Amino acid sequence: MQLADRSKLPVPVPTPETEHFWTGTKAGELRLQRCNDCGTIYFPPRPFCPNCLSKSVEVFAASGNATLYSYVINERPHPAFEGPYSIAVVQLEEGPRMMTNLVNVAQTPEALVLDMPLQVVFEVINDDITLPYFEPVPAPGGVSS
Amino acid sequence: MKPGSIAIVGAAETTELGKIPHMAQIQLHADAAINAMHDAGLKPGDIDGVACAGESPTNVAHLLGIVPNWVDGTAVGGCSFMLHVRHAAAAINDGMCDTVLITHGESGRSQVGHASWGGAGGATLPGQFEAPYGMMGPPTMFTLPVLRYLKDTGTTLEQLANVAVVQRQWAGMNPRASFREPITLEDVLASRMIAYPFTKLMCCLVTDGGGALVLTKAERVKDFPTPPVYIIGSGESVETPMISQMEDLTTSRAFRVSGARAFEEAGISHQEVDHVMIYDAFAHLPLYGLEDLGFCGRGEAGAFMAEGHTAPGGQLPTNTNGGGLSYMHSGMYGMYALQESVRQMRGTAAAQIADAQISVCHGVGGMFAAAGTIIMSNQAP
Repeated sequence: MQLADRSKLPVPVPTPETEHFWTGTKAGELRLQRCNDCGTIYFPPRPFCPNCLSKSVEVFAASGNATLYSYVINERPHPAFEGPYSIAVVQLEEGPRMMTNLVNVAQTPEALVLDMPLQVVFEVINDDITLPYFEPVPAPGGVSS
Repeated sequence: MKPGSIAIVGAAETTELGKIPHMAQIQLHADAAINAMHDAGLKPGDIDGVACAGESPTNVAHLLGIVPNWVDGTAVGGCSFMLHVRHAAAAINDGMCDTVLITHGESGRSQVGHASWGGAGGATLPGQFEAPYGMMGPPTMFTLPVLRYLKDTGTTLEQLANVAVVQRQWAGMNPRASFREPITLEDVLASRMIAYPFTKLMCCLVTDGGGALVLTKAERVKDFPTPPVYIIGSGESVETPMISQMEDLTTSRAFRVSGARAFEEAGISHQEVDHVMIYDAFAHLPLYGLEDLGFCGRGEAGAFMAEGHTAPGGQLPTNTNGGGLSYMHSGMYGMYALQESVRQMRGTAAAQIADAQISVCHGVGGMFAAAGTIIMSNQAP
């Protein structure tokens, strides 16, 4: 996936409840939250546990490891994107799933195989926002395509 | 609700369907409402409850000169009208109002006086955690779970494409359907790619139209000229505004909750169902619906449809108007699914199922965000 025009991308507007996530991506961290009472790890951000409603929750940096859970390859033109691009849901190693784009890989069904291992990479969109994308984990001793 | 306590005594779509550039959206509501009131032999002064989505009940009541005792503007997407039926039934049973008009009108194709969905603001959760990845409306959102569904259930791409083929068979029997020419599996798979794995023929139409219903107490049905259609079961639920955050991408929790509740209320088994409508914005919706409503086991719906069981002549006639894929889809299709269930129960459908007595009508709202289920019968309780 290649961006054609970053200024045409709908950019997130952080709120007090999500700010830690976006300061995290700027710092090169994919931040999740964990409940101190029941241990639930969750996403998207909120200041309480979606499992037990405890407000005792902490932010932590996730591993950035994930697998490809599902995706589409959008063929209709989007002003911010170069050519057909994938929109994916990835399964994070810690449990939650999130939407993302897949980068540094051909945007084809042949190259994008469900359950393939991925790792997070960060793309600076503007001074405020850095988006988490995912790329294939290079095969041991090989080079990713 | 008490099964059979409420009846649909008026039902109609807009006079025209498809391309209606000479009507603003609010007029589509009015056109359908006037047709439905005419169907029931009622005037605006006879209506004391108004529900609608896409427009405010204030706009509709004012335009038609209705003085409501009760309004409902529940707007959870295309299944909002199923929820309106359910809420109206409760309100009528509770004595809040007697006769409810539910309207839909949408200038989805011509965009005349069309209230835009507006998209997700940048500060909402979908705005922060989905929109930046290039979401372009339903074709890139509703479709996102499907590769996982195919892999986990063993359903094939051909079985997915077949949904469009089967529904076109029904549309071919319906003079009001937008697309009526037969199509083959090869046609579906070879049509233009919209968002892999979805080709154009696996995606719904975009058309203009509307529809309206009139509901009242079942004990009043003899006052009306129309064959009564009784509401015998109903359900509703919501799950998440973010497709990426569904609990399970291969099954809809909202479908399961809504469907189970409706069957429980109706006190019927799946074997008693003669006719099914499952809101089909995209080809996978009938597969999810057949499984989540309990007509098929997990992963069995693709083969069930490929074997012709939902097609003309099959044991479970489904989406008999041609569905959103071939009949019409204005944006919030649920009203048209309800209209076809009413026609089947009245015996007036273009592709009428002989002796059908029970119809299950299931709608989706947003992208698996919401669901509503209405079970109808033409048999007096």
